[in-house]
Amino acid sequence: MTQITYVSTDDTRHTVDAPDGESLMRVALQHDIPGIVGECGGELTCGTCHVYVSDEWSDRVEPESEGERELLSMMDGVRPESRLACQIRVQHDMHGFTARISDHQ
Amino acid sequence: MSGDSPVESAQSYDVLIVGAGQAGVQTAMSLRQGGFEGSIAIVGDENELPYQRPPLSKAYLRGDAEVGEFRFRSAEYWTKNSIEMISGITVESVDVDAHEVLTENGLRIGYSHLVWAAGGRARTLAVPGANHSGVFSLRNHADAERLRVSLVDARYAVIIGGGYIGLEAAAALAQRGVTVTVIEVQERLLARVTCPAVSDFYSDLHRAAGTTILLSSGVEHILGENDHVVGVQLSSGEILPADLVIVGVGLIPNVEPLAAAGVVCSNGVEVDGECRTSAPDIFAVGDCANFKSSFSGGARVRLESVPNAVEHGKVVASVILSLPNDVKAPPWFWSHQFDTRLQTVGLQAGHDEAIVRGEPGASKFSIVYLRSGRVIALDCVNSIADFAQGKLLVEQGTPATPEELADTTIELKSLATRAA
Repeated sequence: MTQITYVSTDDTRHTVDAPDGESLMRVALQHDIPGIVGECGGELTCGTCHVYVSDEWSDRVEPESEGERELLSMMDGVRPESRLACQIRVQHDMHGFTARISDHQ
Repeated sequence: MSGDSPVESAQSYDVLIVGAGQAGVQTAMSLRQGGFEGSIAIVGDENELPYQRPPLSKAYLRGDAEVGEFRFRSAEYWTKNSIEMISGITVESVDVDAHEVLTENGLRIGYSHLVWAAGGRARTLAVPGANHSGVFSLRNHADAERLRVSLVDARYAVIIGGGYIGLEAAAALAQRGVTVTVIEVQERLLARVTCPAVSDFYSDLHRAAGTTILLSSGVEHILGENDHVVGVQLSSGEILPADLVIVGVGLIPNVEPLAAAGVVCSNGVEVDGECRTSAPDIFAVGDCANFKSSFSGGARVRLESVPNAVEHGKVVASVILSLPNDVKAPPWFWSHQFDTRLQTVGLQAGHDEAIVRGEPGASKFSIVYLRSGRVIALDCVNSIADFAQGKLLVEQGTPATPEELADTTIELKSLATRAA
């Protein structure tokens, strides 16, 4: 288990223990984190698990694929630190990882 | 769980939702999210917490995921949000005047608003042998579980029906080392939902994985020994060996209790733009709802997809909450077979041109569908940029020429700015 924190748009922090290998989108759904929808189940289709990952973590998680970049580029509220939570798997070295949930889902 | 609720108890809810699939669950979640304070119950015919169906024919069947990983919400969510789950119970009839439903075990449940989210059931084949053990449908967790168990010892599988469910199952089985044959009665795969170029692409994809695709082929007989399937006899007389058979020939919407109560039903329950049926205080949503889409040129459609179910759930919640509806997004859909991702936006029925964009031989292309020179839909194969950008064109009904759409050096979003 690895400790992960989601920060809601109202700055509420939700810290949960996440199993390694699970996606940040699934972890959020299993813990009822508001703001993460994950409508397509991780198929790079809906863009409803949009999070912002700060620079200190962006190099330490799985890099974005071309498809993820293509989908993000058409979404509202996109920033350089935008990621789709379904495309990031929890790894043991992510203890303390923090993602801010975008209000553009 | 209250699957064994006493028969005599008379319950009543401000919102009673029949069906615990995507549309029913979305309705309940959107109501609470929107601040609805009345009572909500969901009656579902399965004895478990609600889960997403799409992974059943993909990751679950491959053995890469368990249902616990794709539940909509945790068990605590439902209690915390005061959404009562009445599980393992089928609704048999509806009393429109009394505002009550009657369940198979004799329970009467009252409602102020009834949301019919009962989905559908797998269509079965009317051929001899269709009841043999080893013949499966693939609609819910129980179906998928039985199928996955029987896969372990299977060498030969025959899949009847070359639609999305059949093809996704074919891919999962082939990936597990089963020798698969797909039988399709039409002259091409996915004939109802896409154009020949996409159909041909999928035939090639499955054939390359070792699967046999038989087109324009009917099934005469499912052969059994001791009531267990051993083969499938085609109309041509040919016999295929089979350790298991999957029948994926479509869905029958669950409308009978509403139809018997006099609610107008055709192919599904007919609803208006607010998902209202012909009966007062009764809504219908998701796979079983038949409606006029602004993306179908006004024709009635019934869509079997997650995004449609989500959209309907949100619409009904906002109607009950007397909130304005958001602008409607075009319908979309996805399918995942092997490493190939198909993403569809818009409704292609009624198109008069289908433009190939990209190279099907390179497994990366899109089909852009036009009607009267305007973009109405796209099928995108491993082309997420076209899907993400094409949405805009469909929303706007953008006019475009076949030449510019076929030119992959022109980004689709660059066409979207022009006046529709």
